Amino acid sequence: MDKFDKLDKLDTVDGKLDTTDGIDRQDPLAASRAAEARPVLEGPDIARVLTRIAHEIVERAKGADDVVLLGIPTRGVFLAQRLAVKLEQITERGIPVGSLDITMYRDDLRMHPPRALARTEIPGDGIDGRLVVLVDDVLFSGRTIRAALDALNDIGRPRAVQLAVLVDRGHRELPIRADYVGKNLPTSLRETVKVQLAEEDGRDTVLLGAKPATAGESQH
Amino acid sequence: MSKTLIRGARVLGGEPQDVLIDGETVAATARQGEIDWSGTGLGAEGAEVVEAGGKVLLPGLVDLHTHLREPGREDSETVLTGTRAAASGGYTAVFAMANTFPVADTAGVVEQVWRLGREHGYCDVRPIGAVTVGLEGRKLAELGAMHESAAGVTVFSDDGKCVDDAVIMRRALEYVKAFGGVVAQHAQEPRLTEGAQMNEGVVSAELGLGGWPAVAEESIIARDVLLAEHVGSRVHICHLSTAGSVEIVRWAKSRGIDVTAEVTPHHLLLTDEMVRTYDPVYKVNPPLRTERDVRALREALADGTIDIVATDHAPHPHEDKDCEWAAAAMGMVGLETALSVVQATMVDTGLLDWAGVADRMSLAPARIGRATGHGRPVSAGEPANLTLLDTAYRGQVDPAGFASRSRNTPYAGRELPGRVTHTWLRGKATLVDGKLT
Amino acid sequence: MQRHLISAADLTRDDAVLILDTAEEMARVADRPIKKLPTLRGRTVVNLFFEDSTRTRISFEAAEKRLSADVINFSAKGSSVSKGESLKDTAQTLEAMGVDAVVIRHGASGAPYRLATSDWIDAVVINAGDGTHQHPTQALLDAFTMRRRLVGRDAGLGQDLAGRRVTVVGDVLHSRVARSNVDLLHTLGAEVTLVAPPTLLPVGIESWPCEVSYDLDAALPKSDAVMMLRVQRERMNAAFFPTEREYSRRYGLDGDRMARMPEHAIVMHPGPMVRGMEITAEVADSPRCTVVEQVANGVSIRMAVLYLLLGGNEPAVTHTRTEEK
Repeated sequence: MDKFDKLDKLDTVDGKLDTTDGIDRQDPLAASRAAEARPVLEGPDIARVLTRIAHEIVERAKGADDVVLLGIPTRGVFLAQRLAVKLEQITERGIPVGSLDITMYRDDLRMHPPRALARTEIPGDGIDGRLVVLVDDVLFSGRTIRAALDALNDIGRPRAVQLAVLVDRGHRELPIRADYVGKNLPTSLRETVKVQLAEEDGRDTVLLGAKPATAGESQH
Repeated sequence: MSKTLIRGARVLGGEPQDVLIDGETVAATARQGEIDWSGTGLGAEGAEVVEAGGKVLLPGLVDLHTHLREPGREDSETVLTGTRAAASGGYTAVFAMANTFPVADTAGVVEQVWRLGREHGYCDVRPIGAVTVGLEGRKLAELGAMHESAAGVTVFSDDGKCVDDAVIMRRALEYVKAFGGVVAQHAQEPRLTEGAQMNEGVVSAELGLGGWPAVAEESIIARDVLLAEHVGSRVHICHLSTAGSVEIVRWAKSRGIDVTAEVTPHHLLLTDEMVRTYDPVYKVNPPLRTERDVRALREALADGTIDIVATDHAPHPHEDKDCEWAAAAMGMVGLETALSVVQATMVDTGLLDWAGVADRMSLAPARIGRATGHGRPVSAGEPANLTLLDTAYRGQVDPAGFASRSRNTPYAGRELPGRVTHTWLRGKATLVDGKLT
Repeated sequence: MQRHLISAADLTRDDAVLILDTAEEMARVADRPIKKLPTLRGRTVVNLFFEDSTRTRISFEAAEKRLSADVINFSAKGSSVSKGESLKDTAQTLEAMGVDAVVIRHGASGAPYRLATSDWIDAVVINAGDGTHQHPTQALLDAFTMRRRLVGRDAGLGQDLAGRRVTVVGDVLHSRVARSNVDLLHTLGAEVTLVAPPTLLPVGIESWPCEVSYDLDAALPKSDAVMMLRVQRERMNAAFFPTEREYSRRYGLDGDRMARMPEHAIVMHPGPMVRGMEITAEVADSPRCTVVEQVANGVSIRMAVLYLLLGGNEPAVTHTRTEEK
């Protein structure tokens, strides 16, 4: 169980499929090394890009009448909630927001021990015929989004699905692109990207760091 | 006449002695070095010399409780493989239980088993006759005919089943007095043990296996010692396994009742905790009991309340143990590990010396079973039934090396002390340097 | 680390809470239009039932299918398979077919343990009830039901059952449900009282981590949950109790007795119920009785167990049991 706790924590820090920052899970110093990483977005920057994304959504969705925001746990959910607040300010309407856990749809389940499940919370009116905007923190290989599209398929039939991410770090492995990007961040595969949010980590920041030389696992 | 000189053997664990075997008897014994055998008139010249080098020499062991399985279950053991296993374990006489197919309840069957033993020549086989026809507990078998047969049966038992009918038991006890026989009771009250799978207690409660209460054994022993007292017979209790049984036998002996009792090696060593593995190699009748029982049994064997160690050697083919617990057969092989287990539990613990072991594993069982020529002192003029034991040996039990046809030992991989290196049956070596002849 | 689920006693508190939490998420799948997850796609699970138990088999089957596993049902009851050797033969057959998990129900206590520890088969073994030994998924679904009812669905996440008082009534002697529940509820911090006539309590029960009482009426007012065990009428013939009427008078749960329970307390039953024996229809059909919920929760719990044991490259559930205690 100890192992699972660690994994759960890592999942919220760096374990998610396309936010994997390459920190060696077995390396106790990994966290402190990551802490030495360089910030590329600070709190005010994050607030600003979320405001911009909110405006873009309203613009492209022609008023966002039928928008449903679904965050991908863990940090995507907080970003979705923040976006919803901003959208509500802009549109002066309630925006349905929920969460979509993609764990059971991952394509790498058999490469790791089973992960603790996060909550899938679909707003009351469902997603049928709505414009679903998936929200995640980092877009990397695209495999998380692929899993999210599969998960959505089992829940309903949206009118359209769009994707909003805080950071796009490139290195796609699937034909997937984001509709709304907070920051395009060209990275090397040797680098790690780590998003921290106040709700989970106590502060807002995006860190770019170097992958430890001894990284034990292959990354997506 | 072949001669063998055993040099420097600690007879019954005492000072090193030289022992000369001449033909079928012990010709002479002397303190080591006292006699220069080459210069004596005893004619040790040309004798084969076995350098014992401090090994312990005991009278050949006698097992009052062996299942040789022949006739009927030759897939698990035969008289040949069983007596070879006996010789490997240091035995020169075994009493073969009656629960064969057909049951040894007639003169014909017991003579067949006896004759097979003689032909193979590894170990004397003394058949035990069934008390009741077909072990069914209803009608006395022809006990007198079995006694008068060539097999000369003196011990009668329905072992595997209990003679639970009090009247039948009473009659059997009385009847065998006419020719000095003894009834060996498998004490198991059948109604109290319906569906029983293991000792009833803390472990059975947890494992959900049917409980086998101690009282099912003790109540029968209590009844039978009282019956024996009433009719003035002797009675022998097979594989006594509980502290309560010890108390009853102790009480009976203090009253002067002619009761003898045996304990198996496994009940001296193993407890029902082993059953937690659900490995049927630990499934046995009577079941493994608790640590408290094990302690009581050891003490009782040391103080003589329990007279003898008997193996209850119960071979079973692999498939009868390689299954779930409930479906498995009960029993363990024991002939080839008995002396080691007794050394571990009784000698190395200081409870019994080697003279005591000789008594519990040779003299007393021979006396109870009237096995003439066995269980005699190691001295000049006595039959040369001898066992030489390397007590310093330590090694893991490897069932693959067993002479028995079956491998159902609970000790596989366990380190046990002591190893029988030589066995002589009436002067003829059946085991030399740990190898059967 | 063991990768099987053989006994509720093998689970640590954190293991058990993880399973309950996972089951809570699994339960939400049942509310969706498509009650299916792709998680165990390509994995083969065999339901190996040597004993009739339609409800347990169906529950496992539903859980397996909701996780997209390939399901093979093997009912050995009544076939030539009944003796010991056949468990091994069957296991080796399944091994040769390349199954990933075996859900086994067997009349012999210890058969799943034997299957898991022998070299007969390499698959994950999940005990679906063995003899009078264990039925760990039943205990888990019971704990899940209690946590939902007594703590709350969301409030219960991450929580155990510390301080909750559970009374288990009936044929404890022959009950794997009682054994599993005592083990798991104790691990989860609940206080368990077993109530039965002395004939239906095993010798050796004093070592169990629970209280034992012969008096149902004394236990009821102090119970947050009362679990009634099935009492088979045949027990009467073996003199475990004199008559059915006497049993239900002394140990049956009727409306009057239920009224003596605290207002929030629930009545549970692993099913199938023997109405008129251990429970009256009035109680069985009351809103305090969770029998139907328990059935639904069983699917969620079994999905959670299957996912945690089979969903990754190694199990997420650690076990504390050693080969030889």
